[in-house]
Amino acid sequence: MRVAIVRFPGTNCEFDTEYAFNRIGCKTEIIWHKLEDIPKGTELVVIPGGFSYGDYLRSGAIARFSPIMKAVKEFADRGGYVLGICNGFQILLESHLLPGAMKRNENLHFVSKFQYIKVLSNENRFLSKLQKGDILNIPIAHAEGNYFVEKDRLKKMYDKGQIILQYCDKEGNIDNPNGSVDAIAGICNENKNVFGLMPHPERACEKVLGSEDGIKMIKGFID
Amino acid sequence: MKAIVDIYLKPGVLDPQGKAVHHALESLGFNEVNDVRVGKQIILTLNESDENRAKERVKEMCETLLANTVIEDYKIEIEK
Repeated sequence: MRVAIVRFPGTNCEFDTEYAFNRIGCKTEIIWHKLEDIPKGTELVVIPGGFSYGDYLRSGAIARFSPIMKAVKEFADRGGYVLGICNGFQILLESHLLPGAMKRNENLHFVSKFQYIKVLSNENRFLSKLQKGDILNIPIAHAEGNYFVEKDRLKKMYDKGQIILQYCDKEGNIDNPNGSVDAIAGICNENKNVFGLMPHPERACEKVLGSEDGIKMIKGFID
Repeated sequence: MKAIVDIYLKPGVLDPQGKAVHHALESLGFNEVNDVRVGKQIILTLNESDENRAKERVKEMCETLLANTVIEDYKIEIEK
């Protein structure tokens, strides 16, 4: 599988992301945000974590207007797979490729730790190799991960299987590190080809890092 | 001409910063405070002399970039 990883000024997870996707046998290419086209043959675009444009104004608010984002939107509209991790998730929200918005964490702290998350829906390509209810141990590191979406919209998202990941403890009980509505950690769009999550699967891609659960997640993208 | 844009989280959207400030005020004995909302102010200096046109343009800026209207409201004030 060919994976394009977008780099903005301030992105800092592009190499970890590349490493993780290389581990599962993907061909990867890091592309600059000024590019106006997604490289030919790309099957998955990953918007990695970091602090694009210094998080100025709002996380992801300025990156949204980079030339590459127009191409990412067209790519997604054609059914291409897009994955936003952490700051990438924030950028996808600001771009309206995913519903909702991020607020400051409820406790106002930058939270950086391993966090358990639970699969709420695997009826999508990303989590297709996992079971509903599976619990994964994945690092989180963010100050604006307090996901918000209006009640009516949230209900529709549940009905359509768009709420895919939830923060929990080791046993699977809700454990909310940032105040997100319903402790939501990850979502997808209605067409199930655009995904966003705050946890960093690429930081849990081999034993020496403390967890390999991230590999179980991203493996879903390959056949 | 100057445009002063105030941006706040919408009523009903929980404001974590406001809550923290409220809590701090309470513990300092300012018990008369019912609610605190923390927002941000953006001051734009414009080369535009028509107030209505300026307002219209700044509104466009708010909708496009300055505010995230999923969670935020904005208020524009023009200062000559």
